Order: sequence, then C-alpha cells, then structure tokens
Amino acid sequence: MLEKVLMKGNEAIGEAAIAAGCRYYFGYPITPQSELIEYMAKRLPEVGGMFLQAESEVAAINMVYGAAGAGARVMTSSSSPGVSLKQEGISYIAAGELPCVIVNIMRGGPGLGGIQPGQADYFQATKGGGHGDYHCIVIAPNSVQEMADLTALAFNLADRYRNPVMILGDGALGQMMEPVNFDSCKAMLTDKPWATTGMGTRDKPNSINTLQLQPEKLEEVNVHLQAKYALLQTQETRSEAIWTDDAELLVVAYGISSRIALSAVKRARDQGMKVGLFRPITLWPFPKSELADAVKMASAVLVVELSSGQMIEDVNLAIRCSKQVYFQGRTGGMMMKSSDIYDQILQIIAPQGGN
Amino acid sequence: MKHEVIIAGFGGQGVMVMGQLLAYAGMAEGKHVSWMPSYGPEMRGGTANCAVIISDEPVGDPLVSEPTAAIMMNSPSLDKFWRGIKTGGDLILNGSLIEKEVGRNDIHRYRVPINQIAVGLGSEKMINMVALGALLAAVNIVSPERLLSCFAKKFAAKPAILASNTAAFQQGYDCVAKRTL
Repeated sequence: MLEKVLMKGNEAIGEAAIAAGCRYYFGYPITPQSELIEYMAKRLPEVGGMFLQAESEVAAINMVYGAAGAGARVMTSSSSPGVSLKQEGISYIAAGELPCVIVNIMRGGPGLGGIQPGQADYFQATKGGGHGDYHCIVIAPNSVQEMADLTALAFNLADRYRNPVMILGDGALGQMMEPVNFDSCKAMLTDKPWATTGMGTRDKPNSINTLQLQPEKLEEVNVHLQAKYALLQTQETRSEAIWTDDAELLVVAYGISSRIALSAVKRARDQGMKVGLFRPITLWPFPKSELADAVKMASAVLVVELSSGQMIEDVNLAIRCSKQVYFQGRTGGMMMKSSDIYDQILQIIAPQGGN
Repeated sequence: MKHEVIIAGFGGQGVMVMGQLLAYAGMAEGKHVSWMPSYGPEMRGGTANCAVIISDEPVGDPLVSEPTAAIMMNSPSLDKFWRGIKTGGDLILNGSLIEKEVGRNDIHRYRVPINQIAVGLGSEKMINMVALGALLAAVNIVSPERLLSCFAKKFAAKPAILASNTAAFQQGYDCVAKRTL
C-alpha cells in the first residue's frame, strides 16, 4: 500500500486527476481553489501532459470542450463566480455528450461574494446551471481522501456516460490538509470511437455539434439525454447513512457541513438521543430512495447547509414532504459550529429542555 | 484522546508550518489528523492561524472553537482566542511579544520568550520550532522525536538547518519542562 501523505484537498484533486489519466487542464486562478491550478501547472508537464492557463474562465471551459471532443481526459476548476462564467460551455459539453471533469470549490456568494467557504451553488450545480434540459453528475466529497477517490471516480463516470461531472467542494475542503493516498485512483480508460481525432481508417467523419435547427431532431437529442439521466438516477446514486436505522431525528448534510453535523450527531448519540446522519455523496443524481429509506423511523429531519436552504428542496421532494423538516444554514463564508447543530438537535428532540 | 490545537500569530511567523509539522507527526504516529488554515487576503504582518486536530478517532468537524492547547505568537491572536481555550487546556504565550496577563486560572499558562530564544540561537526564523518545543513539553500531543524526524523529512532539501532547529526546539522544550519561565 502506498504511504499516506498530508495534502490539501485542492492538491489531492490534482494528484488524483493525474492518477486517473487526466493529461489536459485548462483553468484560470481564483481563491479558494488556486492550489489546484498551481498543482496542475507543476505536475502535468512532468507526466507529459498539457497545462494551460487560459485568458478567462470562458476560454478555459471552451478549451475543455475541444479537448473532450478529441477524446482527452480533461479537467477545469474554478470557484463560484468563475463557475458561473463557465455555464454556457458546460451546457454545450452536456449537449455534445462529452466527458470532462469540472471542479467547483465553492465560496460565499452571490456576486463576487467572498473567498470563505460556501455551499450556495447547489442549485446551479444540480439543476443544470446553463440553458436547456441537462444535468451534470455532481459529486460532493467530505474529506481530502474523498477529494482524491471521487475525482478518480468522476473521470471514470464521465467517460462511461459521456457526460460532464462536477466535483462540488468548498473552500474549507480545498484548503484543509488531511492524510491521503491514491491507491484507489485508477484510470479505467474506455474506447472513444466518437472522438474527433481525424478520419483514420473510418469512412465517415466524426462530428460534434450542438446545433439542431430541426425541432424533431432536437427533441430526439433531448429524449436521448433524458434516457441517459434516467439511467444515471437508477445506477449512480451514492450516499452514506450513519446511525439511521433507529434514528428519530435524521440530520441531512453534504460536504464540509456533513463533517460538522457528524460531530454534533455523535455528541447527541453519546447522550442517548436517537439521531442519525444521512449524507448524499452524489448531489445529482440525488439519492432519493436511499434517503426515503433512511428517514422511515424518523419523525423529523434537520437539513444543514452553508446556504440559505437549497438541498432542503430535494430532501423535501425525496421524502414527499412526509416529515417535519428543519433547517440550519450559514452564509457569507461563515460556518456553523457543531455545537450550534447540537443545540438545534436538542431543541427538536426535547423542546422543553429534556424529557 | 483528541487534541485540538490552535496556532496563531503574524503572517511570516511560521504558524502554518508549525501546524503542518504537528499534523505530519500525528499522522506518522498513526493518529487521525486534520489541518485547517485561516485563509484570506493575507500578507506578511497580517494575522494567520491554523487549527490542528490529532485524534484516536476519525476527525469529524475540522474546525476548532474550544482548543485543548494553543500557541499564541502575538497579542492580536491572544485577544482573539484566549477565551475559547478549554478548561484544563495548555496555552503557550510568546512572552517576547505579549505583555498582557491572561485572566484564566483554569488553564495552564506558559510564558516563553520565544523570539529571544530564537535570536539567541542565531535566527528569528526558528521561533516556530521554539514554540513547538514548548508546546510538546506542556502537553504530550506527539513525541518530540517524532516531530523532529518529521521536520528533517519536510526540510530534507535543507539539511543544514536541522541542527539549529533541533536546538531551538530543545530550548523551547526545556523552557517549559524545567519551568525556567
């Protein structure tokens, strides 16, 4: 087994991408993900890859579009305002069914916002973000090790489904250091007979085009995309359930919030309270049925996010509004303390101060 | 056992490296560790801090609001963090830059002339190793030998600085261990 090393989350994404066969990176620096672009600038030339700092986020995502079209394993990364700039390109990539990995290390918004951690890009990431009926696969790690493991998974899923995959992290995960190894970061390369790599021995040229002026043709494209998304929803949901079997209160959180929530849930368990934690790992496809299972014994749900409440809508949909759903959020780049969550758990379970 | 450490000071005092060395050493001892920096539009002379957790259990929340141990390298840092330190916790104060008293009788306070010691050994750059020595004498978070071996590994490209930094670490350690405060 390879030795564990202490790395920042941003750096771990970079190393995992290389281990997973990524050889092309296009990006533009922005806090709090600049360590990733720096890492790729250093590492890609060492492995015979291509690093290019583009003139803008818009340029970078369109370079990704081109490289993905040529069949390369390619990645870009940014943080919230920069990812907004990429949305047009992401829509094109989704329409062209091109595999790539897009990293969003979220910061507080809206607008230029701040540079401290946030989770307020959930809607943008999971509901499309750009124009048209499309989805990225959205993966939310909650540790530096998962930043690595799920980055490798992202490349493999992107190729398997010919779909853009977004890693949705936040400034805290990007900046923090934890032990990590890259044992499980393997490149599962697939053939890409659709790639625009020149005629070669083919008798018909490959082309990538997202313009369909004939409505019937465009509807066919949409029907095809929706079939893929339906497949993804049955095959690729991922989640983690901790102490949910007998949980009367189910806390739901992803990414860094799930770490803070877990500390509060542990403390509540130590006090004999039946509290569990459900953590979506794929935010799209959202693990609806897994959540519906986890919530069965519960009489209430507490959603914790670094936003004013975005994932809470998917939670309500997944459980069909069958339980009382409470919310705790922080915005602006502030993070709640685990004691804040614990206090709310207490309030929900024993509102009169103990039973 | 779970150690939650805050290290804070001016940018340029090496607080981030201090925290990283502690985390490296914890990792080398088979513990679960996390290192979380403050980050922002920072500059030399601005304040900087990091939170390090070294634990027998996997680390949940990587934030630290009630540290079990703290190193405060300057006054603004002390102002920010002194109230939060857990009862029974350990506080290393840089006596070279902090004059005020800390009104907490429920924690162990160690006033160490960190800058003077480092300057006395030849370079102010070594203040972080003096501070780490003091911390590890106050509380057994990782073994001093492990920390020094991690230092040697991290700075393998600069073997010349090992001996002087070991001396700095030792003097900080002795300062607390022998209570020559």
